Amino acid sequence: MSTKDAKGNALVIDEDRFIVGNPTYEEITEAVSRIPEQRATPKAWWVLFLVSAALAGMFFAHVGYLFWKGTGIWGLNIPVGWGFAIVNFVFWVGIGHAGTLISAILFLLRQRWRTSINRFAEAMTIFAVICALMFPTIHVGRVWFIYWTMPIPNQMGMWPNFRSGLVWDAFAVGTYFLCSLMFWYVGLVPDLATLRDRAKGKIRKILYGVFSLGWRGGNRQWRHYELAYLVLAGVSTPLVLSVHSIVSTDFATSLVPGWHTTIFPPYFVAGAIFSGFAMVMTLSLIARRVYGLEHIISLKVLERMNIIMLVTGSMVGYAYGMEFFIAWYSGNIYEKFTFVNRAFGPYAWAYWIMVTCNVITPQLFWFKRLRTAIPVMFVASILINIGMWFERFVIVMSLSRDFLPSSWDYYSPTWHDVGLLIGSFGLFFTLFLLFLRFLPMVAMAEVKAVLPQADPHYHGERSHG
Amino acid sequence: MAERARKAYGVLAEFRSTGDLLRAAEKLRDAGFRRWDVHSPFPIHGMDRAMGLGRSPVGFIVGLCGTTGLLVFLAFLYWINVYDYPMVISGKPHFSYQAFVPPLFAITILSSALAALFGMLALNRLPRLHHPLFSSPQFEKVTGGGFFISVEADDPKFAEIERTGLLEALGATAVEVVGDGGEDER
Repeated sequence: MSTKDAKGNALVIDEDRFIVGNPTYEEITEAVSRIPEQRATPKAWWVLFLVSAALAGMFFAHVGYLFWKGTGIWGLNIPVGWGFAIVNFVFWVGIGHAGTLISAILFLLRQRWRTSINRFAEAMTIFAVICALMFPTIHVGRVWFIYWTMPIPNQMGMWPNFRSGLVWDAFAVGTYFLCSLMFWYVGLVPDLATLRDRAKGKIRKILYGVFSLGWRGGNRQWRHYELAYLVLAGVSTPLVLSVHSIVSTDFATSLVPGWHTTIFPPYFVAGAIFSGFAMVMTLSLIARRVYGLEHIISLKVLERMNIIMLVTGSMVGYAYGMEFFIAWYSGNIYEKFTFVNRAFGPYAWAYWIMVTCNVITPQLFWFKRLRTAIPVMFVASILINIGMWFERFVIVMSLSRDFLPSSWDYYSPTWHDVGLLIGSFGLFFTLFLLFLRFLPMVAMAEVKAVLPQADPHYHGERSHG
Repeated sequence: MAERARKAYGVLAEFRSTGDLLRAAEKLRDAGFRRWDVHSPFPIHGMDRAMGLGRSPVGFIVGLCGTTGLLVFLAFLYWINVYDYPMVISGKPHFSYQAFVPPLFAITILSSALAALFGMLALNRLPRLHHPLFSSPQFEKVTGGGFFISVEADDPKFAEIERTGLLEALGATAVEVVGDGGEDER
């Protein structure tokens, strides 16, 4: 399997370098399938799972108390009527965006390096959106009225106001969740069939058998499957840009200084992809190390992700600068005050955490040495996620000093706010660990399809000259 | 032999590589076989043409359902905002369609995605819990690294396969008869 065999197929060979060592089909199957097939669950998994599950339990305990008592348990005040709930919502939806970018946009652009991380990134999207949906659901206070966000016929004869950014939000994020779920599942079907065919125990055979839907890998099936997958990628692609744009209209359609700006949609989308890639990076660095997948999720793939972070991080940095410029250029005193207040006011600490993490950290990736060093990228990915959470915090805290100085106040979270934030990470990691334990975390069928021997003309040249 | 073949689902032949599979598929297509399929762990580039298959109709289904979703929801919004529950918001007309673009967009995307998933499943006759091919132990390799061609016994030219040893001649490493899973097999 030397590169000479396929000199005429330089393209295929070139792509293949993302998968190190040129494994056979069976080696790929084995490397990925053995993880969900492990008889003894690794101790490290149990430790992480118990910690995550405990935090998720704490999340639901806080939610229960919130339903009992009401949103008064949060640190909200007037004028800060939106606190951690919206910050966490925007943060988690943003995380999801990288998954969709990897699975949909990079698929359409034929970026074959995506095959080693897309499954994972899609799973991350789904779990992040689940976490995100928790917050708007619980923040309404009277949670039993959450169905008002959807056009469901009711005894009052009322319908939602479709001109409201909040209803747009419910539609955008709901659609996003369902589309991501379908896309992920369609991608999983051939791999679930692999697990079905390898399954030993009866329960595994039945469960993987049912969920693989009777997949036979026939080309008459692949024909429809490939087009359906392409269509799902195609319809998910605008979602990458639209969902966070619509989320940003929650802010931008209001009149609060610092929110009422046209830069918000692109700025939010860039930030979302930036933070999402950082989360994919954190997760894949841990998973490839723990499960020995260094040859599939190779350094080249990681380097590409770092380059995307450099690009989107610089876009975010540009947006920060441009916001300041426009605030000054607008000549509006409230707008100007808001931005000076962000950088030097009571929340200056949050602002400078944001700038340090989001603008300065990704600049390290200009250097090849740094963007190919695992410890550097691990620390950077965590810093970026912290920074992106603070970005949303800084934006929301524009509320604390609005037009009238007499109404100013300082928002500080209560332990319920903090508990819900930390608990949402628990929920996210619980779901993610269950995914790692029971489902193939790398899209085997897709990785196999980009190996050089998958090209029908590869063997042809070797055996027939 | 012919009697047994009538009760069987068909034959299953294993091939060594994607290249062998593609060439065999071209030969079967040219020989005029109808009820046969190529099985592989991943979609093979160029196989649709090698099998003589046209473009999948999934695209039409998606286009149809996406458009229907959009129009139905547009009509629904019109009915809500003009007849059933008219509200004046910021002095705008009742049917201020510009503001409805985000939900309309979301519904269009959602109905297209649902059509892609369920259209694909319906065209593939999935989900199904069992298939005669699953009775072959060899066939388990198809989702790992195995390449197969199956020809159904219903195919009008099926008799030719055994008479001429066609599949072996095309490079099959192993050819077996697969039962239909019924009792007469045992």
